[in-house]
Amino acid sequence: MKSQTITYITLVLASVLMLANGAAANTPEAQGFAIAARSDRSDLGFGASKVELQMIMRNAAGQQSTRTLLISTLEKQDESVGDKSLVLFDTPRDIEGTALLSHARIMDPDDQWLYLPALKRVKRISSSNKSGPFVGSEFAFEDFTALELNKFDYRFIGTESCGDLQCDVVERLPRYQNSGYLRQVAWVDQTDFQLRKVEFYDRRGDLLKVLELGDYRQYANGVWRAHRLSMRNVQTNKQTELLYDNYVFDVDLTERDFVKGRLSRLR
Amino acid sequence: MLMTANRALSMLFLGLGLVLSGAWTLADEPSWDLSANIDLTSRLFTEEARWPGQEARDSQFSAAARAELRWRNEDGNQRASIVPLLRFDEADHERSLLDLQEAYWAWETDGFELLIGANTVFWGVTESLHLVDIINQTDAVADIDGEDKLGQPMVNLAVQRDWGLVSFYALPYFRERTFAGDKGRLRTPLPVDTTNPEFESAAGSRHVDFALRYSHYIGNVDIGLSLFRGTGREPRLQPGADGLSLQPYYDQIGQLGLDLQYTGDAWLWKLEAIARQGSASTFAAAVGGFEYTRYQVGESALDIGLLLEYQYDGRDDTEPATIADNDFFLGARLAFNDTQDTAVLAGVGYDVHTGENYINVEADRRLGQNVVLELKARFFGGASATDTTYSIASDDYLQLQLSRYF
Repeated sequence: MKSQTITYITLVLASVLMLANGAAANTPEAQGFAIAARSDRSDLGFGASKVELQMIMRNAAGQQSTRTLLISTLEKQDESVGDKSLVLFDTPRDIEGTALLSHARIMDPDDQWLYLPALKRVKRISSSNKSGPFVGSEFAFEDFTALELNKFDYRFIGTESCGDLQCDVVERLPRYQNSGYLRQVAWVDQTDFQLRKVEFYDRRGDLLKVLELGDYRQYANGVWRAHRLSMRNVQTNKQTELLYDNYVFDVDLTERDFVKGRLSRLR
Repeated sequence: MLMTANRALSMLFLGLGLVLSGAWTLADEPSWDLSANIDLTSRLFTEEARWPGQEARDSQFSAAARAELRWRNEDGNQRASIVPLLRFDEADHERSLLDLQEAYWAWETDGFELLIGANTVFWGVTESLHLVDIINQTDAVADIDGEDKLGQPMVNLAVQRDWGLVSFYALPYFRERTFAGDKGRLRTPLPVDTTNPEFESAAGSRHVDFALRYSHYIGNVDIGLSLFRGTGREPRLQPGADGLSLQPYYDQIGQLGLDLQYTGDAWLWKLEAIARQGSASTFAAAVGGFEYTRYQVGESALDIGLLLEYQYDGRDDTEPATIADNDFFLGARLAFNDTQDTAVLAGVGYDVHTGENYINVEADRRLGQNVVLELKARFFGGASATDTTYSIASDDYLQLQLSRYF
């Protein structure tokens, strides 16, 4: 008898919760968050990864310069803490061996250390420069580091076709300080739940940059990765293309590979 | 036997292939990396040489070549490196040099790393002076800023734990400081004769020095604690037997060092302090200050950093001379954040007690993909005949350097 009562109460509670959830899911904010969360979580559970990145920068006159980097990432399971990442530069040759270690955090500034191989010097650097260009590219620091789900508030705008696919369109509002953006608009496809395009609006609300993501590939562990990211600054007509290659997921990386004492031992 | 030879040969070719293609690999195969650079440097002195014996010409050319060969094994737990540096100066042969900046093998396991061979190590946080940094000898003729170093032979055991990094060093061979020769600029009135240095220790340059360092961070604070026991890297300069030169004398010293940095939003607060048991006394010295950065000035990509540091040194005349005893350094750092990595660092140093001062400008920019152009300007002023910097007061110079990377 007693257990039946408990079962009954549980059922009622569950229905109430479902109703509450359903009601919440009807607000554009909850819908937006749900879409972003589904997209974000479809890429999680990779543990650790390494990838080679070629960064091609073109100015309005078409002049081109290239950088190559190796990026290692250690995933944090808990969405309330950020991932740890290590960027090691290979070219241009004069900055070969330069490395940037980041411990991402959600609302607080990230912890970052820079390694300068010419002096063998490890420097703790301020990460408050979110909106500044990352190594001369059209990508800002925050475009790399602000990929954590909880760094934004979301609002569902509508659906729209994007290429061959159908996309949910979601507005993202940065919750962290020092962002260079008033808002962003993201297109997430309804088939694989991947990000296809992002518009970045500056602090005045004018369109600043458009990011297009392509060449998505799904790996054995189920996660998707875009291999071509193209960022165009519509105000200056400068462009940066990121080409990712050789993703490796079954890498033996631990917390100890992402400490500052490691920076002088990378090569 | 034949199999082994074949295998060795194919390994060699594989290695060569990787080297030639400039390949770098992710894991699971040995990786090799070869890179190099050549620097052509021209110095233009704006005043005539002051001391007898110095080259009368106002220009000085030098060339340097540096190669880096690096290896990492299949498992990624062993690595080795060879980095020779060759420098030739046409006016001052004391500036010509062959040095092994790195030549080591290292083995790593479970948070331990053992490194044997020559290497360069940097300790510290401040910009205008590097007080705590002591492992490597300064290549003082390369640049007077003290940031160029000579490779130091060592056995280094590093232990990484959650609570920080502990690094122990045994330094079995001492490297002597470089000094400008008879014909060179930027020297003492009497040249330093480096052929016959004196040591407090009977073991001379074979005295084994020891050092220990702990470094970690807690939130926004990075901390380093260090201990050094052995041959001091700074020599005292005493009159030579011939009366025409100075002779370096290297004391045995003990030094305790502390470096601290607090990283706030746009503010970096820095402190380095040492206590040193020197030749005849024990003294303290410190340098501290801040770096404040304004990002994206006027909505451009330009970042401007403002640096202010104060240098104190309590040493007396029995210790090697220093210019950084009661000085302010005010500097500005400009980072253009462009694809060419254009950067400028300009600063002024001022001795509160003597009025000696210097102006220092460094600017560099990449041209194309593989060439870097660097401009340096150094001006000295305010020194009277009894001051430390009087000997280089006529050696203001502009330096242009072109570096090609391979």
